[in-house]
Amino acid sequence: MALASSINCAETDLTADFRDQFLQTFQHMMLSRVLEEKLGSLYRAGGRIVGGVYLGKGQEAFSAALGIQLRKGKDVYAPLIRDQAGRIAFGEPIIDTVRTYLGAVTGPMRGRDGNIHRGRPKEGHMAMISHLGSMLAVASGALFARRLAGTLGDSVGATSIGDGGTSTGAFHEGLNMAAVEKLPMIVSVANNQYAYSTPNTRQYACENLVDRAAGYGVEGVTVDATDLASCLKAFRAAVARARSGGGPQMVVGTLLRLSGHGEHDDASYIPDKARHAPNARDCLQVAEEFACAHGWMTPAEVRELHEEVRRTVDQTVSKVSKEPTPDPYKENWQALSCAELVEGQYKA
Amino acid sequence: MSITYLEAIREAQYEALRSDPSVFLYGQDIATFGGAFKATKNLSREFPNRVFDSPISEDAMIGMAVGAAVEGARPIVEMQFADFSSIGFNQIINQAATLYWRTNVPCPITIRMPSGGTAGSGPFHSQSMEAIYAHYPGLVIVTPATVEDAYWMLLDSVEINDPVVFCEHKFLYYHLKADRIGDRELPIGKARIARPGRHATIVTYSAMVHEALRAAEELQLDGYQIEVVDLRSVKPMDTDTILASVARTGRLLALGEAFPWGGVTAEIIARVTTEGFHLLDAPPMRLNSKDTPIPYHPNLWKAHRPTTATIAAALRTLLRH
Repeated sequence: MALASSINCAETDLTADFRDQFLQTFQHMMLSRVLEEKLGSLYRAGGRIVGGVYLGKGQEAFSAALGIQLRKGKDVYAPLIRDQAGRIAFGEPIIDTVRTYLGAVTGPMRGRDGNIHRGRPKEGHMAMISHLGSMLAVASGALFARRLAGTLGDSVGATSIGDGGTSTGAFHEGLNMAAVEKLPMIVSVANNQYAYSTPNTRQYACENLVDRAAGYGVEGVTVDATDLASCLKAFRAAVARARSGGGPQMVVGTLLRLSGHGEHDDASYIPDKARHAPNARDCLQVAEEFACAHGWMTPAEVRELHEEVRRTVDQTVSKVSKEPTPDPYKENWQALSCAELVEGQYKA
Repeated sequence: MSITYLEAIREAQYEALRSDPSVFLYGQDIATFGGAFKATKNLSREFPNRVFDSPISEDAMIGMAVGAAVEGARPIVEMQFADFSSIGFNQIINQAATLYWRTNVPCPITIRMPSGGTAGSGPFHSQSMEAIYAHYPGLVIVTPATVEDAYWMLLDSVEINDPVVFCEHKFLYYHLKADRIGDRELPIGKARIARPGRHATIVTYSAMVHEALRAAEELQLDGYQIEVVDLRSVKPMDTDTILASVARTGRLLALGEAFPWGGVTAEIIARVTTEGFHLLDAPPMRLNSKDTPIPYHPNLWKAHRPTTATIAAALRTLLRH
């Protein structure tokens, strides 16, 4: 078994089925980009968005290429900070995003948690916490329980991390445990070169992040994360291997994020030289050029799609803006599901 | 025929596995080996596909339990020593404790923590973590002091739809025996009057209940009736029973084996002074271990934690007021 390799998409890979998936993913990427631009502008305008805004600009191809392989309702997905596109590709409605960012009580987090922390765990969509690496074990646990119950079937779990997150103990513990338990986990590592502001050189001393996979007996590949076709090919293969009992799979994508850590961050620490390197290409533009070059879309169709997506986003934001926000007087302020165990509730 | 505190924990796990197919056990060396303290001895033989050795990864173990709970399982995770749960701290307080409030999905996991000191165990195998976890909303913290509570409260913990930190005391594993396990009597959240009295109240939990009872015996020779309240769970804490006891005695000693700063004894005193100041005939007292890491040599260890003698001395001071 080759533990580490590099994935490129060749012309021979471009079947009709692949084309359909590519175009579908491209739409998800476009929706994600437009939605995030809207969230960014709402943030800058002030007053509407309750907390911070964390965007996946530049990581849409890598994120969505994984999300599109997963089957909502069957697979487990624990996305992380820059996975808006992956969430959309997995089937999360964008209204969940908008409701969470605006703190609407109608959203999945009901104003109790915000921005990127949303999820619907009962539907296999884990709600991330901010402590990096910790979702790997949680997604693994869902698979583990299914295996015990005999309901695992060919379902897989997937989670994401960045270059910075791979430094955490939780990541190493989680990856090792998933490997020991031979769980069908896909771990995508977006190596976007900066963990908040800290460059790779201050984050890890190994040559290639994908080498970490070999250390755990996990199969790993590296892919150009600015190239949707290569990302799709890599994740298709990784998910197929996991589904068929190959154990955890790691896919490392190399790219540069095209935004700050959050919208409060102007990313001035990223030097101009890095911004002009090949891995700083905009994946959305690359995908568009690819689709047009292969005659899968025309520039006019791309413009039409963009317009349509913008209308969808605007309508969603306008709908959510009218929805109720949480009322502290109606909140039950109960952290336990068992009411009788809440402090001060016991009556003899 | 008798049963130890440790055997009660094993029996409760046996019963949980037997009666509910969604229960499974995950922990270091718990399968064939039966656990560092043999709390899971023979369980993997009885339930070969539901008792698993885990890697030494407390963070991943708790995270895994949370994911499994979301899918409807009811995992029991053994921390080999409560001390090592510090590695799983993040998953306990940020993942397990917040899940229900954030997502409306309950998190029925039980984390078994072999807690407290034994002679020669030193700084990293003797700690009591209950106050740390009790600080965080979303967790239930139980601290059984009797064989019966070890059995029934562990079964209760598995049935509860919320994360439970089950602090079992290692000193009691072999030192505490009962003839048989009686019926389930009190729910989690309700304290027990371990000994009635009228001159002073000791509020305590876990192994210190037994030191407190011995101190109460000693004070009886001086003519004092000391009431001992066994909290059973430190969260929820049964404030009503504490206040009712202090109303009867007028004096309070809050006793705990854990470190003195903050913590359970501080909480007891805060509640009594804010809600029952008028009930007190003397300033409330507290007695904890010393504010140093837990020492290795038995001579030092015995002097580090409260003992019958130091509790009796504290009571005499309290009664002189």
